[in-house]
Amino acid sequence: MNLKNTSEQYVGVIGSGSFGTAVANILAQKTKVLLYARKMEVVEDMSKTRMSGKQRLLDNVIPVHDLERIAHECEIIFPIVPSENFRGMIRQLSPFLKPYHILIHGTKGLLVNDDNWFENGGRITADDICTMSRVIGDETVVVRIGCLAGPNLAKELADNQPAATVVASHFDEVIQEGQRLLRNDRFQVYGNTEMYGIELCGVLKNVIAIAAGALHGLGFGENARALLISRGLVEMIYLGKMLGVNTDPFLGLAGLGDLVATSSSPLSRNFTLGKRLAEGERFLDIMDSLEEVAEGVNTVRIMKHLAENYQMRAPITETLYKVFWDDLSIQDALRFLMKSPFNVDISFM
Amino acid sequence: MTDGDYCILLELDNHKTNASILKELKRPIQIIDTKKKYLPILSGSEEWPVVQMANDRKNFIDEVINESFKRLKELRPGENELIEELEKTRYRENMRCKTNPWKVDPEDDLDFWNSVKSRLVAIENRSPKARREGAEAILFEIVVRYANEIAGNFKPSHHKMARVVVTFGFSRLLNAAKIKKFGAILRKEYTLQDKIQIIGHTELLRKLAKIGTIVMVPTHFSNLDSILIGWVINTLGLPPFIYGAGLNLFNMSLFAYFMNSLGAYKVDRRKKNLTYLQTLRTYSNIAVRNGSHSLFFPGGTRSRSGKLESTLKLGLLGTAIEAQRVNYKMEATGRRSKIFIVPLVINYNFVLEAPSLIRNYLRIKGQERYYLEKDQYDSSTKIMKFLFEFFTKGSNISVSIGRGMDLFGNYVNEEGESLDKKGNYINTRDYFTNHGIITEDHQREEEYTRMLAKVIVREFHMINRVFASHLVAFTAFRMMRKMHDQLDFYSFFRIPVKEVEIPYEEFRETFDRVRDGVIDLFNEGKVDMATHLTVDLDEVIDIGLKNVGMFHNYRPLLKNKQGNIITQDLNNLYYYHNRMDGYELEKYI
Repeated sequence: MNLKNTSEQYVGVIGSGSFGTAVANILAQKTKVLLYARKMEVVEDMSKTRMSGKQRLLDNVIPVHDLERIAHECEIIFPIVPSENFRGMIRQLSPFLKPYHILIHGTKGLLVNDDNWFENGGRITADDICTMSRVIGDETVVVRIGCLAGPNLAKELADNQPAATVVASHFDEVIQEGQRLLRNDRFQVYGNTEMYGIELCGVLKNVIAIAAGALHGLGFGENARALLISRGLVEMIYLGKMLGVNTDPFLGLAGLGDLVATSSSPLSRNFTLGKRLAEGERFLDIMDSLEEVAEGVNTVRIMKHLAENYQMRAPITETLYKVFWDDLSIQDALRFLMKSPFNVDISFM
Repeated sequence: MTDGDYCILLELDNHKTNASILKELKRPIQIIDTKKKYLPILSGSEEWPVVQMANDRKNFIDEVINESFKRLKELRPGENELIEELEKTRYRENMRCKTNPWKVDPEDDLDFWNSVKSRLVAIENRSPKARREGAEAILFEIVVRYANEIAGNFKPSHHKMARVVVTFGFSRLLNAAKIKKFGAILRKEYTLQDKIQIIGHTELLRKLAKIGTIVMVPTHFSNLDSILIGWVINTLGLPPFIYGAGLNLFNMSLFAYFMNSLGAYKVDRRKKNLTYLQTLRTYSNIAVRNGSHSLFFPGGTRSRSGKLESTLKLGLLGTAIEAQRVNYKMEATGRRSKIFIVPLVINYNFVLEAPSLIRNYLRIKGQERYYLEKDQYDSSTKIMKFLFEFFTKGSNISVSIGRGMDLFGNYVNEEGESLDKKGNYINTRDYFTNHGIITEDHQREEEYTRMLAKVIVREFHMINRVFASHLVAFTAFRMMRKMHDQLDFYSFFRIPVKEVEIPYEEFRETFDRVRDGVIDLFNEGKVDMATHLTVDLDEVIDIGLKNVGMFHNYRPLLKNKQGNIITQDLNNLYYYHNRMDGYELEKYI
């Protein structure tokens, strides 16, 4: 290869949103980082001001606008872009990728194989569901794929508060590389080999986070939140099983851990969406005004259709769907959820 | 079908097809050219990798011994764990000698393992260093013993003889039977290729065999498979492949002769100890590395259920990946450094062992709930009888050769270059590197092996060629099961066969839907199908009924006097039905 000296290797981060920037800064404590942004003006701005959003870039972070350069200079790349742009970005990157690349994505979103699935009738099966690792596998020759998941609110990471994350992959070397690059005094990194399960944890918890935000917006307290979180976890586990995933990942840092963090924090976009709904704003207005994507919305739409197809009940997901697309008011939605007859507490263990 | 294979477009207009019933075909069905002749790709047998290996047998075995020994020492670094491993091996081998001896076992087997026992006792109270040395010496001897046992005994002269027996003998039989005059035994009108039809990417396989090492991975339904594939390989003009054959087959002298002459090495499924498995792995690994084309049955054993393999044994596949890494690492840029995977599916209308296999399967699956009759044993005479019936009565076998791939599931072109889905060139060496350097990472290679296994299973289903016989069995069994869906699975097998008669009209309607489903799958490239599946509906059903398990004493399917569909043996019917399992065709029943 062109770079013999491994200490000179760059690590790539694709996506300069708040989480992407936070990851770039964590990596920069260990190595040089190329941080890619889609828009030229964003790159120029970052280079000039050394700021990305509200985060200051460490000296080791070099903003770039060139995917080919990322692929050539970095053997390890962290793609962290919203799911709706993910496939497009990967397609642009794909021609430059080789089987030796390691891709560890940090996108907690979901796609469907067919981009127009909703218009085509919305009948989907578990095989049509794409987490980002599958998008990478489908669109590139890369096989050493991993994901980042866990309670990683970007702002807290940026403030260098203590936190932990999970790197999941089928390949031990991917987990080890992820741990080596990310781990520091204030950031613990756990490994997990059930990548699909870990990805689904991050994806499904966004739905519950929206509901938690709504509860908060309606002025309810901790009892209500605890109820939602525990019922939400059960729903996540059932949906996960429907997609062929074990219970275990849901009970760990990427599942329960992330769920608690996002369901309690105004820093979460999905939580914020729910809160504003409860405060009386219209769904479409909120969507227009959000700076960054709330992945949970798309996930609700996909999971609702999937559950329907498998004749599964997913009350929280179904109810949110009605709020988003069928004009159900958030107050009625809550009333409906509280009346739902679920008398078994736990039945999945 | 773009690689210039002998495919002729099926002209549907001229074909005897009822267009109003048959769904539109969106791609051509490959037609079999039974007259095609393939010249040998290597001029003389002295160039065959397997011959070169046989000539160098001693060095080869030494290499296997040394490498296995080295690896085993790494795997058991402490003296206590090594001794424990040897103890375990010794105990199991002693038990095997006493409880499950075979004709092929060497006579000194028990003596050898008893001597291992006393030697293990003798080093018991020595110093750690002396114990380690003693244990290693014992280990070495066991490896030597295993390596010699595993090693094949390929003799080119035997190979030639076996080839003559198969091609000459069988085609004589075939001609005599077809033309029905004794004098016809010398005629050449029909060849084995009329009987055993080779289809698929044959030209690509021939090209790849010249530039790299082939690892052929066939489905496994019958003990006949290895002989059949030996014949296919020979017909295609390829040098013999080496492969691991179950040691039990060497108990039958007829098989033993064929096995040895086809380049088989011996695999003893009774021996499951680490030393044996490692030696076996190393054997296959070095053979592939040295450029010997190999045959792995990735399902491990014959499919008991009659289903296409859906889970594969990863051990041998893993050796191919390891061999590829070693080849790249040794910078062996020579012409044979790349390894190619070629899947192969054999389609039978009739599997000789079906009754005993399916009984075995049901017994294991159902445990005590299922009543078991005495197990049948497969003997040489039975096989001869089958061969005779096979050649004298009409029943064809088709062998579908899949598209060549690299070890990572990428298809390759005629130059052996790997291509991604968009047709871009992939350097497969990159799969083994970090920062440009080839690294040895066993966990990574295990994961590659799992990925490869998935791809092979997918290819099996894609090139599986549906016969009418499979489809009638599938349809009939599912309909019968539906008639009695209040019964649990095992009770169903115990009901009297006269309670599962299907009126012909009903069967015909359902079969039509199932066939349409198969055509949909075919159009999507998810399965292959035989041309006879496209003829008039009643005729397809007739072909299916006549052929399905045709030589069994109890026929899986028949028409009774009223023209309705009946079975004489639900187990056998279930077995043939299973061939179409996994395509979600049950939704059409």
